[in-house]
Amino acid sequence: MAEKIGIPRALLYYEYYPLFKTFFEELGISVILSDKSNKQIVNEGSSYCVDEACLPIKLFHGHVANLIGKVDYIFVPRFKSIAKGEYICPKFCGLPEMVKNSVPGIPKIIDTEINMRKRVNQIYEAFIEIAAVFKKNKLDALEAFKEATKEQQKFRDLIKKGMYPNEILHGKKLIKANKSKLKIALVGHVYNIYDQYVCMELLDKLVSYGAEVITPEFIEEDILENKADSLNKRMFWSYGKRHMCSTLHFIDRKDIDGIIYLMSFGCGVDALVSDLCERRVRRESCIPFLLLTLDEHSGEAGFNTRLEAFIDMVVWRMRNEGNVSAYG
Amino acid sequence: MKVTFPHMGNIYIAMKVLFEEMGVEVIVPPKCSKTTLELGTKYSPELACLPLKINIGNFIEGIRRGADTIVMAGGCGPCRFGYYGEVQKEILKDVGLQFEMITLEPPSGDIKGFISNIKRITGNSSPSKVIRAVNKTIKLASELDRLDELSFFVRPREAAKGKADWIIKGFRLQVDKAKGFREVLGLINETIEKIKEIEIDSNFIPLKVGIVGEIYTVVEPFTNFNICNLLGNMGVEVDKSLSISHWIDEHWIKSFMKRKNSASYVKAAKPYLSTMIGGHARETIGNSVLYANYGFNGVIQIYPFTCMPEIVAQSILPTVSSEMNIPILTVVIDELTGEAGYKTRIEAFVDMLARRREKSAVNE
Repeated sequence: MAEKIGIPRALLYYEYYPLFKTFFEELGISVILSDKSNKQIVNEGSSYCVDEACLPIKLFHGHVANLIGKVDYIFVPRFKSIAKGEYICPKFCGLPEMVKNSVPGIPKIIDTEINMRKRVNQIYEAFIEIAAVFKKNKLDALEAFKEATKEQQKFRDLIKKGMYPNEILHGKKLIKANKSKLKIALVGHVYNIYDQYVCMELLDKLVSYGAEVITPEFIEEDILENKADSLNKRMFWSYGKRHMCSTLHFIDRKDIDGIIYLMSFGCGVDALVSDLCERRVRRESCIPFLLLTLDEHSGEAGFNTRLEAFIDMVVWRMRNEGNVSAYG
Repeated sequence: MKVTFPHMGNIYIAMKVLFEEMGVEVIVPPKCSKTTLELGTKYSPELACLPLKINIGNFIEGIRRGADTIVMAGGCGPCRFGYYGEVQKEILKDVGLQFEMITLEPPSGDIKGFISNIKRITGNSSPSKVIRAVNKTIKLASELDRLDELSFFVRPREAAKGKADWIIKGFRLQVDKAKGFREVLGLINETIEKIKEIEIDSNFIPLKVGIVGEIYTVVEPFTNFNICNLLGNMGVEVDKSLSISHWIDEHWIKSFMKRKNSASYVKAAKPYLSTMIGGHARETIGNSVLYANYGFNGVIQIYPFTCMPEIVAQSILPTVSSEMNIPILTVVIDELTGEAGYKTRIEAFVDMLARRREKSAVNE
């Protein structure tokens, strides 16, 4: 019987799932995903995890717990860095330790370090190491990795064409309005904006209001890189950089009617980046900016009220704004 | 040019001397107070960590006293400290203050940038003068730490309680008026001698508690409600795992020399946390293990709310605690932390440690 590896449907699942899935399947290992986020997973995660951690980390603990008993291994790589000179977040670096010491009765964890901070080629070594756990040799590993990167590239291409990662991963299409008048930019971590349970179907809601939603994942890498170089000091968090630079790009575009920044309570990176983004938007443009904060206690009613009020304001602004000076 | 800088424990004494020795006019911001904290929280993002907020308070107070240049340290992540400078610049710009900020990045990557930034501060001072001033500062920092350590030893043992506190209070008043390296060093040595003369009860065996956690909250007494004095006066001998000279050594000297980190805490932390994850998480884990090995009675972890590396450390510490059989208390601090509740927790922890020691003595 093939060995089973569990992948938690959380954090970088929304970024790299096709890569992981293809890699393991090429090696003849069956991949099992945890259930979609639900109340039980959130509750379980927050009971295992330290109180001070942010919602996505708690949720990850819940997804790991969800896999117990279903798999032989759980895949919790140590994502230290995915680009030269950059990090993701300290909690990602220590994630295997957090999980090991918090969730009781977990099966073996694959905690290979992915650290491209100094050498981008480290990624190959990391995947050879992962394959070695299943007694596969270097050649098989590289072959599987090659296939996996092809799949990952297909996934990326679809996103750049305007499909949301959760649409591709879950095979469910969002019904988009034929002709949307509104263009809303939604900025936030992939694991917040595409996890429909966590963000209370924010994407669907925005689409149902008739808005066209643009997320940072749609923006071409070289545009982001250009913006990153224009910063006074390059940002060393990969996703913080993506948020900051896409916001700067949205300011430039002139066709964005509103920016919504979705962050989770206790997210260290977003605490600073959301503030920087807001300051830049307010200083350099007149685009309305909404900051929504999520945690495990978020009530949907209050969330909806704020969202609806924001959308109403943007719509009224488009309709009624006279652009005539109040002083005549 | 009038330079100001953020507070972090005793570092202001060393920094003041550094600038004075280089011939740069320096304005020491008022010591961290409630006003500092209020100013900081008013303008900073809500979920930023406490040190950033207090820094903002320091800068505003420093600029109000006439400073026009801020000197700040940088970093390269993943801890948020590395991006403090950029965020603080934006915040202060929106407050509407006129200033220039010089962020000194650790010299490991960009030596040229580092030197040109130093030149921006020192102006026409000769390089040898700058190097001499830096050496003197490092010396001062380690002397200040020696003074601290001595007080940790004496405080629980002193026959007349409060004497050490009184001497150090006097030192703090005098040091503000002292100018230059020689005067300050003399004052430190004088104080050390005075503390050595305090009569101590040599039969008393104090409880021993190690302090670990995020460096700013460990080192800055304003944020930790002066935990070293608090514990000392409860009859507990304290050991701080982090200090200013440690920070200078790890953050600046090692990065300058490109030395590899071979400190003992790295080895001690290995079974629990094998890699650097930013901030002082590895120090926290490693030093907790070392404290257990040295026979300490307990460990207290202090960190500011939302500190990313320490959250990871916090989730590993229960395993360290049970495997090494040492009680560990975690206190998380933010601008809303109340002193009374905080003290109650510390007192309860110390009581528990005392009981635990009694019990194990009986069992033996």
